[in-house]
Amino acid sequence: MDRKLVVSSSPHLKTTESVQSVMIDVLVALFPAALAGVIFFGAPALITMVLTTVSAMVAEAIILRQRNIFGDGSAAVAGLLLAMVLPPTVPWWLAVIGGVTAIVIGKQVFGGIGNNIFNPALVARAILMASWATHMTTWVRPVDLATAATPLALGQRAFSFTNLFVGAVPGCIGETSAFALILGAGWLFYKGHITWRIPGGFIGTVFIMGFLFGGYGGAMAMFSAGLFHVLAGGVMLGALFMATDMVTSPVTAKGQLIFGIGCGLLTMLIRIFGAFPEGVMFAILMMNALTPLIDNKTLPRKYGEVAK
Amino acid sequence: MQMSFKTFKGGVHPGDFKSATEKKPVVPAKPPAVAIIPLSQHIGAPCEPLVAVGDEVKMGQKVGDSKGFVSAPVHSSVSGKVIKIEMCNSALGRPVQAVYIENDFQDTWHEDVVPNPNWQQLEIDELKKLIREGGIVGMGGATFPTHVKVSPPPGQVIEYVLVNAAECEPYLTADHRAMLERPEDIIVGLQIVMKVVNAPKGMIGIEDNKPDAVEALKKAAANFPNIEVHALHTKYPQGAEKQLIKVFTNREVPSGGLPSMVGCVVQNPGTCIAIADMVRFGKPLIERNVTITGSGIMEPKNMLVRVGTPLEEVIEQCGGFKSNIRKMVLGGPMMGFSQPGPENQPVTKGTSGILCLTDQEVQLYDIRQCIKCAKCVDVCPVSIMPLFIGSSVEQGMYDKAEAYNAMDCIECGCCTYICPSRRPLVQWIRMSKGDIAARRAAAAAKK
Repeated sequence: MDRKLVVSSSPHLKTTESVQSVMIDVLVALFPAALAGVIFFGAPALITMVLTTVSAMVAEAIILRQRNIFGDGSAAVAGLLLAMVLPPTVPWWLAVIGGVTAIVIGKQVFGGIGNNIFNPALVARAILMASWATHMTTWVRPVDLATAATPLALGQRAFSFTNLFVGAVPGCIGETSAFALILGAGWLFYKGHITWRIPGGFIGTVFIMGFLFGGYGGAMAMFSAGLFHVLAGGVMLGALFMATDMVTSPVTAKGQLIFGIGCGLLTMLIRIFGAFPEGVMFAILMMNALTPLIDNKTLPRKYGEVAK
Repeated sequence: MQMSFKTFKGGVHPGDFKSATEKKPVVPAKPPAVAIIPLSQHIGAPCEPLVAVGDEVKMGQKVGDSKGFVSAPVHSSVSGKVIKIEMCNSALGRPVQAVYIENDFQDTWHEDVVPNPNWQQLEIDELKKLIREGGIVGMGGATFPTHVKVSPPPGQVIEYVLVNAAECEPYLTADHRAMLERPEDIIVGLQIVMKVVNAPKGMIGIEDNKPDAVEALKKAAANFPNIEVHALHTKYPQGAEKQLIKVFTNREVPSGGLPSMVGCVVQNPGTCIAIADMVRFGKPLIERNVTITGSGIMEPKNMLVRVGTPLEEVIEQCGGFKSNIRKMVLGGPMMGFSQPGPENQPVTKGTSGILCLTDQEVQLYDIRQCIKCAKCVDVCPVSIMPLFIGSSVEQGMYDKAEAYNAMDCIECGCCTYICPSRRPLVQWIRMSKGDIAARRAAAAAKK
């Protein structure tokens, strides 16, 4: 009898989902925003995306000594996400350093996938920002790529809401088009990889803060100030793709909502009272640091819990 | 149209895989040439043999019993001669003592097996005694002795008897067929249990992927105003005792407690039929419905199998294994036990299914790092933290596992099913339970 039976612990059925399939779903979800970036900012945007993604994948493959350069796909996600938060015209070497930094400093020094405290793409961006601030704050207009200031620097009247929604404004490669970001995030919702809690808490808080502190002179002005803060800058990208990073955000339902609200609050505190026009990156990084604490303080009430 | 009941928190949709057998009526399996009657087929104290090698035994004769309260006697499913008392294999992997009875194929009933024509007049204590003497245990797979379940501690008032007919385990259809073929007997069994525990209301819950079973039981229960039949949302583990109670009564069994504490007793439809058979006809639990299925078996079937029939004989009657079989599971795919082989092991009171899986379904995975996707937290029906318990156990920190409520795990396996990193979460939780229980016992001994 050559029959060989496997003996293992139940359950004997498994989902077909894997880390790799989740990462591929994230890449698919990023595609509309990446495409919008290329449409608005042309070849420089495409080159930057390719450089960060490939350098991140190569760095990961070398560190893990894996033949398959794609691996579980998480390096590609980190690399592409980094490109999304870079200005389109950064020099090629900056993109490469960024991709490598995301993997080495952002992820592998902590022990690799699942162990990092901070979002790797944002760690890399923070380091690039501190090191080459000029390159990191040189913005260009869509299409003609002439140097320009961002909506957040110029204020609310510089661009129409339509342009803000579609993404035809100066900004990072992947952050300008709210439309493309929502489209892509829809895929992640559909696949069950993200819930409404983090983006809802984040975007809702930004809107309310913008409504309360951003505009003066009537409900309409306050409403458009709230909307402006949601659509301008990196809030949509941050709320839908950065703050929802599985590894660095809370796992409890309540924790996710608190995390989202915290991101929104910090973003707006920096925007309104801080030295920088934009605060999404620092807000998410700070909330990343609080994630383990939030999780442990928001453990759900278990079934049949008896009051002590 | 009755509205679907509200559902419970969490759970997964693994796909039901029931089409291979759900339309196939239950056929009687051939009686075994040698019946292997394990002396422990239940949770609780194992039985002592009541017969010796060489004894003649009859069908329905008690061949093992125990003085322990949490225990159930075992009976011969054939008439014939005891040829040996030796160890046989069990679903849990631990060998158990068993009485081997050579079948004379006369099916001579034992003289104790007598019908109770006046069964409706029997007193509660007489009914409880019959349930115990019939060796009746929970037939969903947990095999908890039924007479214990229907004897709640004094002071606890039982309001509801729930029949757990969800059959939420994929692949299995044995209960489904029982509901279609013997709905009246399920109602009789339910009424007996309601009488024993003095419950005013009985409720039957069936997943809405079995509309024909819902119909059949509604028809059978039509004349009983105190029995309700409800379609439940199809979601695993809809048939978990605690989840069923929550769905029907919106009550939660207190952590570490029993259903009777919230006024509920839960029974499986197969158990109801066994109770009805014992109380009316004096027939102890010596046969049960078994679903033999999966892509690794030649002819999937639902069979009425005598307890003690060697697994090999049952499999042979289904055309045998396919050549690419890789796993044989007793029970369903979510909570069943995989076996090294069918040899020297019988169908027992708890064998709801024999599931044969092939190369395509049995994949071995590398365990990867947790990416904290929180899917296990979202699907956990008891709201514990499988990912944190898993990583604590991985690092040997069992006290942390306890803090994340490992002891409340119902071991449904949803977390392991859903995990994209292929982490054996429920296995780790089971490991921690043993350690935590041992440490609690040691701490209690110190005091």
